[in-house]
Amino acid sequence: MTVPFLSQLIDLCAAVLLLLSFSMLSQRRVLTLVVLFALQGATLFVSIVIVAWETHQYQLFYSAALTLLLKVIFLPLILHRLIRRLGAQWETEVLLNAPRTMLAGLLLVIFAFTLAEPISRFAHTVTHSTLGIALAVVMLSFLMMITRRKAITQVIGLLAMENGLFFAATSATYGMPMVVELGVALDVLVGAVIFGVFFFHIREQFDSLDLHNLESLRED
Amino acid sequence: MALLLLLGFPLLGSLFLALAGTRLWASVANILISLGTFMGGLWLAAHVIVNGTWITAGQEFFLDSLNVFLVVLTSFIGLTTSFFSRSYMRVEQEHGRLGSRQLRLYYGMFQLFMFTMLLALTTNNMGILWVAMEGATLTTVLLVSLYRTPASIEAAWKYFILSGVGIAQALFGTILLYLAAEKILGNVGISALLWTHLNQVKSRLEPTVLSLAFVFLLVGYGTKVGLVPLHNWLPDAHAEGPAPVSAVLSGLLLNVALYAVVRCKVLVDGSAYAGLAPKLMMGFGLISVTVAAFLLWRQKDIKRLFAYSSVEHMGIATFAFGMGGAIANFAALLQMTVHSLTKSSLFFTVGHAAQQAGTQAMDRIRGLANANPAVGWSLMIGTLAIIGMPPFGVFASEFLIFLTAMREYPWATPILMGTLSVAFGAIFLRVQEMVWGETNLKPLSRTPLMFPVFLQLAMVFLLGIYIPHDLSEWYRAAAKLIG
Repeated sequence: MTVPFLSQLIDLCAAVLLLLSFSMLSQRRVLTLVVLFALQGATLFVSIVIVAWETHQYQLFYSAALTLLLKVIFLPLILHRLIRRLGAQWETEVLLNAPRTMLAGLLLVIFAFTLAEPISRFAHTVTHSTLGIALAVVMLSFLMMITRRKAITQVIGLLAMENGLFFAATSATYGMPMVVELGVALDVLVGAVIFGVFFFHIREQFDSLDLHNLESLRED
Repeated sequence: MALLLLLGFPLLGSLFLALAGTRLWASVANILISLGTFMGGLWLAAHVIVNGTWITAGQEFFLDSLNVFLVVLTSFIGLTTSFFSRSYMRVEQEHGRLGSRQLRLYYGMFQLFMFTMLLALTTNNMGILWVAMEGATLTTVLLVSLYRTPASIEAAWKYFILSGVGIAQALFGTILLYLAAEKILGNVGISALLWTHLNQVKSRLEPTVLSLAFVFLLVGYGTKVGLVPLHNWLPDAHAEGPAPVSAVLSGLLLNVALYAVVRCKVLVDGSAYAGLAPKLMMGFGLISVTVAAFLLWRQKDIKRLFAYSSVEHMGIATFAFGMGGAIANFAALLQMTVHSLTKSSLFFTVGHAAQQAGTQAMDRIRGLANANPAVGWSLMIGTLAIIGMPPFGVFASEFLIFLTAMREYPWATPILMGTLSVAFGAIFLRVQEMVWGETNLKPLSRTPLMFPVFLQLAMVFLLGIYIPHDLSEWYRAAAKLIG
């Protein structure tokens, strides 16, 4: 049996998403991370358009447009401007033990596929096989948040996690109801404003965006 | 109409206060808006009591005895908190800790937070519930860092990131729920996420997907409830934010998050793996109670102490909902009510005490009863209520939970008994040192407004000795809905 061309394209998109997640995990420069995040959003946009086209789920075009506006244009732009205004263009951060992080990432991908297996067997969409990749993207973003120590990188991790969830929604159910997607988009937007405010507060108080400074509150 | 009032007042009120929040009368406007919201809540409750379950606005909103009771509680605490804010924020402003722009942010965000809470309670759509819960984080995160001190910014950042990650799990759970529902209800777009529809077909939903969805939802909303080990943001956010924010976080946010968990549990109850949800909730509940009780001993900050006590009480309520059955559910609902009444009044009192002492460090607050009898005695009485002394309401709810535990899960009783005594000792020892003895505190420049505290403590006292017939009928109906 031959797999239709468009389905193969979706699988390709999914593979690109996974690759991008891994490259984000190993990227040291903050500015390049923003570019990778925008690319991830763009891939998400392309895959949603293909799914919408192939399955005639035309309401998905709206959510594709939403992705394009928010994830590809608005958020990277705002992150870019924030980084420039904070003067953090050239900042790099030390990666803790990159090979071990990559290995952990690989294990997470395997775990994600195992977890997604019963669900994707149940889903009836043409894209159900990509659910494992969506979960893997979520987990890799999580790993990125754990291993990094800069405020901007953590926020990019959080946003990338949201991308993964969006991809999961598309591949499992052809997207969530419109009201919910709009609400989620609104939350992301408000969240973006808030972390923007935060970066400046953190900088003002600690003279750097390094989260090492933010470790005084703990039980001792 | 009542619903429009309930949601319209805080939403438009926040816009209004965002524009006019720097004025002197903003604190009064804040009280009036909260009063309007509370009236809307009462009207809605009257409507539901007379006409029964009410589904409205294209089925998007849904009210039964479970959520309408929480609506009244939430809007009531919103009202008392805005009374308290007026007297508390005035002193903060005089001490120069907050400027008028920060106050405008506070009033605007406070009303927006009330809106997200009430939206989460009244919506019928599991997706909108998620949006509202995330909105609740976003509106409170800048309030936690209102003082702009290094510690408060750290607390707010932790709150932002941990809640963001937690709530992302809940979004995945919601997606899975939608996946399971779509199969049965067909590709009907929006109606597949309506709780009432899901509840009708819950026995036909795919059990594997449903139980996976529940795990994600429990972890997601459980982060907001403050269940151990997802509780790390909670003590920091409570301790570093202004006292009224601690009061609403503890009294409202935790309750509404637990409500979300309970709604999800009801959906899973009908499925083939029905045993999973109760076990998970009981496990999380017991771990929370135990860990919080022992961490109570190590606290030096008065607000952190009461924050851990919130973790402990939410753990008890989660455990009780996990056990299920008419009595345990009844007790858990009572526990949610008395906890949020007592804890918010405690945070009000602690706020005044900390203003008087100029610190939240417990070893530097001494002789409160001498310095200011109203504050000192309220702190003592509130503490006695929260550690579960008779005749207060917390005693009644915990007693009922013990009774059920002894009958259904005898092994859990010694754990509960032991940890509660540990918590009892920790809180009582610390607080009595602060209340009695010689005082080193200067009197406050203004008399603190204590009537919200007295009112709430009186209600907790009354609920302990006598629950009015109508109210207990109401609890019973709500408990039956949870099953």
